[in-house]
Amino acid sequence: MSINRREFLKGLTLAGGSLLFFPACKGNISFWRVLTEEEASLLTAITEQIIPADEDPGATDAGVVNFIDKQLSGFYSGLKDSYRNGLEAFQDYCRKKTGANFEALAWDVQTGLLKDLEANRIDHPYWEENTASRFFSMIRNHTMQGFYGSPRHGGNKNYVSYKMMRIDYPHVIGRNIYTPRSETLNIYQP
Amino acid sequence: MRNRHVNAVVIGSGAGGGPAAKELANNGMTVVLFERGDWQAFDEHNDDELCSQRTTVLGNAYGPDQDKHWRVVVDSRGNERIVYPHEGGYNNNAACVGSGTLSYGAMAWRFMPEDFRMKSEYGHVEGSTLEDWPISYDDLEPFYTQAEWEIGVAGADPQNPFVPDRKKPLPMPPFEYNLEGRILFEAAKRKGWHPFPIPMLRNSIPYAGRPACYRMRTCVGFACPVNAKCGTQNTVIPVAMATGNCEVRTRCQVAEIMLDDKGRATGVKYFDRFNKPQIQTADVVVVAGSATETARLLLNSKSKLFPAGAGNNYDWVGRNLQGHAYTAAFGLFDDEVYDDVGPGACIAICDFNHHVDGIVGGGLLANEFIPMPYLYTGTRPPGAAGWGKEHKDFQRNQFKKTIAVMGPFQEIPNFESRVSVDPAVKDFWGIPVARLSGSRHPYDRKGCEMMSARAEEWLLEAGAHFTWQRIGGGPGLSGGQHQAGTCRMGNDKKTSVTNRFGQLHEIDNVFVADGSLVVTNGGFNPALTIMALGFYVGHHIADMWKGTRLKS
Repeated sequence: MSINRREFLKGLTLAGGSLLFFPACKGNISFWRVLTEEEASLLTAITEQIIPADEDPGATDAGVVNFIDKQLSGFYSGLKDSYRNGLEAFQDYCRKKTGANFEALAWDVQTGLLKDLEANRIDHPYWEENTASRFFSMIRNHTMQGFYGSPRHGGNKNYVSYKMMRIDYPHVIGRNIYTPRSETLNIYQP
Repeated sequence: MRNRHVNAVVIGSGAGGGPAAKELANNGMTVVLFERGDWQAFDEHNDDELCSQRTTVLGNAYGPDQDKHWRVVVDSRGNERIVYPHEGGYNNNAACVGSGTLSYGAMAWRFMPEDFRMKSEYGHVEGSTLEDWPISYDDLEPFYTQAEWEIGVAGADPQNPFVPDRKKPLPMPPFEYNLEGRILFEAAKRKGWHPFPIPMLRNSIPYAGRPACYRMRTCVGFACPVNAKCGTQNTVIPVAMATGNCEVRTRCQVAEIMLDDKGRATGVKYFDRFNKPQIQTADVVVVAGSATETARLLLNSKSKLFPAGAGNNYDWVGRNLQGHAYTAAFGLFDDEVYDDVGPGACIAICDFNHHVDGIVGGGLLANEFIPMPYLYTGTRPPGAAGWGKEHKDFQRNQFKKTIAVMGPFQEIPNFESRVSVDPAVKDFWGIPVARLSGSRHPYDRKGCEMMSARAEEWLLEAGAHFTWQRIGGGPGLSGGQHQAGTCRMGNDKKTSVTNRFGQLHEIDNVFVADGSLVVTNGGFNPALTIMALGFYVGHHIADMWKGTRLKS
C-alpha cells in the first residue's frame, strides 16, 4: 500500500489532535513547561515587538518564547513570579486602557504600550509596587538572549540570528584536532 | 582516613598557584594543589555564549556554581545585597583547574618599570594608597621570561618602543593582524603612534606538544577546543604532576589555615568533594585564590595571636582592592572591517601608558575581542534604539562594520576599596563569605577620559564615519576579573601584608602567590605578571626550604 505525503501528514494531525481529548487531561492544557497558553500568547506578541520579523525571521520564528519558558523551568526559575504577575498586570492594564488583549491590538498601538512600560509611564496598582521598566528590560534581555544565543537553550532556531548577521556556523578554520591528553604532558622544559 | 602530611599546600590553581606549585614540586617538595572547581574542557559548554565567562547570564561555564558560592556587595549608599557568581557584582574569575587562564583572552603583558615605582614617578595622589613595590622590574624580569617560555607567549616586542628590556626573546613569533588590525595599524602609523602585535599566551606555531591556534572567534570566555591557548592547566600543572610530587585535589573548598599557639601554620581545614570536613597538614601554606578569595581565607583564619585573621594585625589584609577601569571608543565604518579571524584583539599601542602630561599612569589601547551576538546587542551609540526594528537593523547591518578600541586604565588604589568577611552571611559549607565594599578612586575617571579620547581619534583616523565613547572609571566597586592588591607586598609590616617574597610578615610559613601581592596593577591585563609572581614566590620558597625547611 502506498500513502502519499499529504495523507500521511493529515493522519499525524489527527493522531496528535486526539491526544487533546484523552479523558485524564481535563482543564486548561498548556504545551509549555511553565507558561500558560494565555501567558505564552501575550509573551509571543511582546517578544515579536522586541525583535520583529522582516526579511529575516523574528522572535516568534526563532523560538524565543520557547527559550524563556525553558529557562523559567531552569536557570531563571526564580523569575517565575516576576513573569506571571507582570504579564497578568500588563494584560490587565492593556484591557482597561484599550478594551482588548495586547495581542489583538494593532502593531503601532502595541509598540506605544511597550514604550510606556519601558518608561514607567503606566498607571496601574501593580506597577506602583513593581518597577515597570525593570520588568520590560528583563523581557527585552531574555528576548535578545533567546534570539542571539546558542540554540541549545531553546531559541535561535536553526541559527536564524547567525544567518541574519552572516556569521558562518559551524565555525571551522583549518584543522579541528583534539590533542590527546598524554601529549599535553610532554611539554617544553628549559 | 587521614591525609598524608605534605611539605606544602597551594590553594588555587590559577595564574599564580599553578606556577608556584610547579616550582615547589620541581624542587622536590611534596605538594597538594587545592582547586575548588574541576578539570574542564571545551566539549562541555562548546561555544555557548550565554554561559561563557564573558556573558554569564545562564551561569559560568567554568565555575563557580551559584548553588554553593555567593558574596555580599555593599554599594556606595551602604546598601548591601547577596550576589551570585553569574552576576556582575560578584567579581568572578573562574573556578576550575587553570582558573581564568583556561578561558581568558590570554594577553601576555609585562608591566613597565614605572609600574613598580608609581609613587616615585608621580608622587602622592590625594586619598590614595599609591606606593612603590618593594621589588623592581629587574627583580621580576627572570620570572617573566620563565612564564613566557614555560607557559608560552607569541609576540614581537621589538615593534613596541616602550617595551622594557628583556634578557631572552619570546619563544613564538607574533600572530598576524586580522582585517581590523591592518586598518588600525596604518591609522596608528599615520598618527605617529607605535602599533605592534599584542603578545599572547597562545600558540602561533606548534609549541610544547600542543598545536597552533586556528583563530576561532569564540576564544575569550571559552576553553580552547584544540588546546592552543596556554593556561596553567595545560602547562605548569601537568609538569608539576609529572614530577610525582604534586597531587591536584579538585572540588575542595579550603575553609581555614590552621595556626598553632606559636603563630605558625600547621596546614588547612577543607571540605572535600563530598562536602566532608578534612584536614591537610603541611609545613608551608601558599595561598593563591585570587585577590578576593585569598583575602577571605586569611581573614577567616583566626587564632589567639591573630584575632582579626592571619597576618592581619595591622588591618591591611583585603585593603586596596583594585582592578582596571576599562574605557573604550567605538567606530562604525562604511565597509566591512570583519574577516572572522579570531580572537579579534591583535593590535595595541602603549603610547598612552606613562609619560602622558597630567596623567598618573595610563594604560594600553588595543582593538577588542570579537563580540558574540548577544554581547553585541549592547554595543550601541547613546540614544540608539534598545529594541524593535531599528535595533535589529543595527545588529544585521553594523556587526561586521564596527571596531571597538579599549584599554585598561591603571586604577589608583585606595584603602577603603576592600574585601572583608561578612559578619552574618555564610556560604554552603558555613564559611563566612567575602564582603566587597568601597569604590574606585575618583582619579580613574580622568584617566579614562584621556584614553577614550585617544581611542576615538584612532578610529576616526582609521576612517570611521561615526564614533562614540564609553568612558569607564567613575564611582563603583573595583575588582573584576583583573582583581588585585588585597595582600600588598612591602617592607613595613605596618603598611603591607607580605614581605618582598610574598611571605606574611608575621607568619613565616604562609605565603601569598597571586594578584593579591600587587601594589599597583599596571595599565595592562595582569595574567603574565601574576604568573611571574607565582614563579617568583615559588622559587624563593624552594630556596628557603633547602636551607631551613622553613622551621624557625
